[in-house]
Amino acid sequence: MEATFTSFGNTINRSLEWFGDLGSFSWKVACAAFARPFELREIVRQFDEIGSKSFPLVALAGAAIGTVLALESRSSLARFGAKSMLPAAIIYSIIHEMGPIVTGLVVAGRVGAGIGAELGSMKVTEQIDAIEASAVNPYKLLAFTRVLACIVVLPLLTLVTDFCGVLGGWVAVTLSDPISFHRFLNKGFSHVSFSDFLAPTFRTCAFGLIIGLVACFQGMRTKGGTEGVGRSATSSVVLSSLFVILADVILVKLILIFFP
Amino acid sequence: MKHSIAESDLESNRAADRVPGEPVLVLRDVDKSFGAQHVLDGISLTVGRGKTLAVLGRSGTGKSVLLKLIIGLENMDSGSISIQGQEIEGLALKEMNRLRIKMGFLFQNAALYDSLTVEQNVAFPLERHTKMTASERSMRVEELLSSVGMEQHLKKLPSDISGGMQKRVGLARALALQPEILLLDEPTAGLDPITSREIDDLVLKLQKEHALTSIVVTHDLQSAKTIADSVALLDKGKVVMQGTFQELAESKDDFVREFFKRDS
Repeated sequence: MEATFTSFGNTINRSLEWFGDLGSFSWKVACAAFARPFELREIVRQFDEIGSKSFPLVALAGAAIGTVLALESRSSLARFGAKSMLPAAIIYSIIHEMGPIVTGLVVAGRVGAGIGAELGSMKVTEQIDAIEASAVNPYKLLAFTRVLACIVVLPLLTLVTDFCGVLGGWVAVTLSDPISFHRFLNKGFSHVSFSDFLAPTFRTCAFGLIIGLVACFQGMRTKGGTEGVGRSATSSVVLSSLFVILADVILVKLILIFFP
Repeated sequence: MKHSIAESDLESNRAADRVPGEPVLVLRDVDKSFGAQHVLDGISLTVGRGKTLAVLGRSGTGKSVLLKLIIGLENMDSGSISIQGQEIEGLALKEMNRLRIKMGFLFQNAALYDSLTVEQNVAFPLERHTKMTASERSMRVEELLSSVGMEQHLKKLPSDISGGMQKRVGLARALALQPEILLLDEPTAGLDPITSREIDDLVLKLQKEHALTSIVVTHDLQSAKTIADSVALLDKGKVVMQGTFQELAESKDDFVREFFKRDS
């Protein structure tokens, strides 16, 4: 029994220590953000790495989600005699919840693993030390640039997911009940306001912050050679996905309060 | 060649301003622990301008940690480190970076940026700390790489060159900002005897050309004999003996004799 309590206590201690270290890391990144040079070239490179290269994946995920949503919702709505609401149900679900969260999770998987492994590998091969020894701030060059790119790129990728989701939904609907894309959009957006679109899309900035910070933090504290790099990549994905889901719960509640 | 090393910090990285013999690096009672492991225990060392100190010792005696303390990659627990009369303890990042610009660091495994080419690796500090134009930078990189015999491999990635070549590129990168102090961590580790000798000759040549003050951490007694003016032998985090290579080689101390026996 005592051993269980000790083990539980150690886990709590480790978790608190982890959050403390993450806080300290975030502070260093925030301080580095306002110092010159602004590393524009590296920021642009990260936009490409994180944004352009995630494009096909989120587009595919969006289309798949839209299709599945259409197929699943159709029978449910038909049962309640509300089949005409199908376009609205699909579009509202996608832009309000599915698009942002799917984008967050897909990027957490692809980018989180990439950043965790890349920075982890740089850490264990002393490349990060070499950057610091060259009088260059690694928190600026490596962490801030990636975090900023994640924050900016996530809402843009969410638009891609939303569009492909709506497109996938329309294709699935039109295969069984032919309807023009124009009419599908008209019917769908008649029940959706601008605030339904704005707040959910921009909440992915918070997802970007979480993914960028957690992945950079896990990568830059890597220890233990190639095994450590693997652990960093895995933990970056697991932790950033978990925190994206938790943040989604909190942000959805906040959005419902401020944009009822 | 016009070196547009505009910052005043870099202007001081000039051999002309240097007074030979004056203490440049002074370590006093430096302690460093990692958890329960006491790695350095009251280390005191002084290196004069233009002189080379070799730090010898068994694996795990904190030799590499010593270099990381000097360049501020690790923080000491107690003691003091003075670089050109400036204490590094408590320095703000900006001030520490001013000192780092005056130091070149060759890492044990070269630590080249693996996504950059050889040319980009050497250009990295120049891009960050000078106002050179692209063509001036390119000329400087070629000059540095030819001084280490790597001018034929500009466009290669670090993974495409051998360990010895990586060390050469690392050395060129360490010298890019014309440092006054050179810190070399195991420059000949893992290299064959011929490449090791080539690296030693290269370090000697560069030291003479640039009047560098150096600390070389090494296991290689032959290398220490060739490139160092004085040698410090570490054991269990303490300096067991410091003197010329000859003085240590002739020492009656059991540990020193044991350490030097393999070479004789």
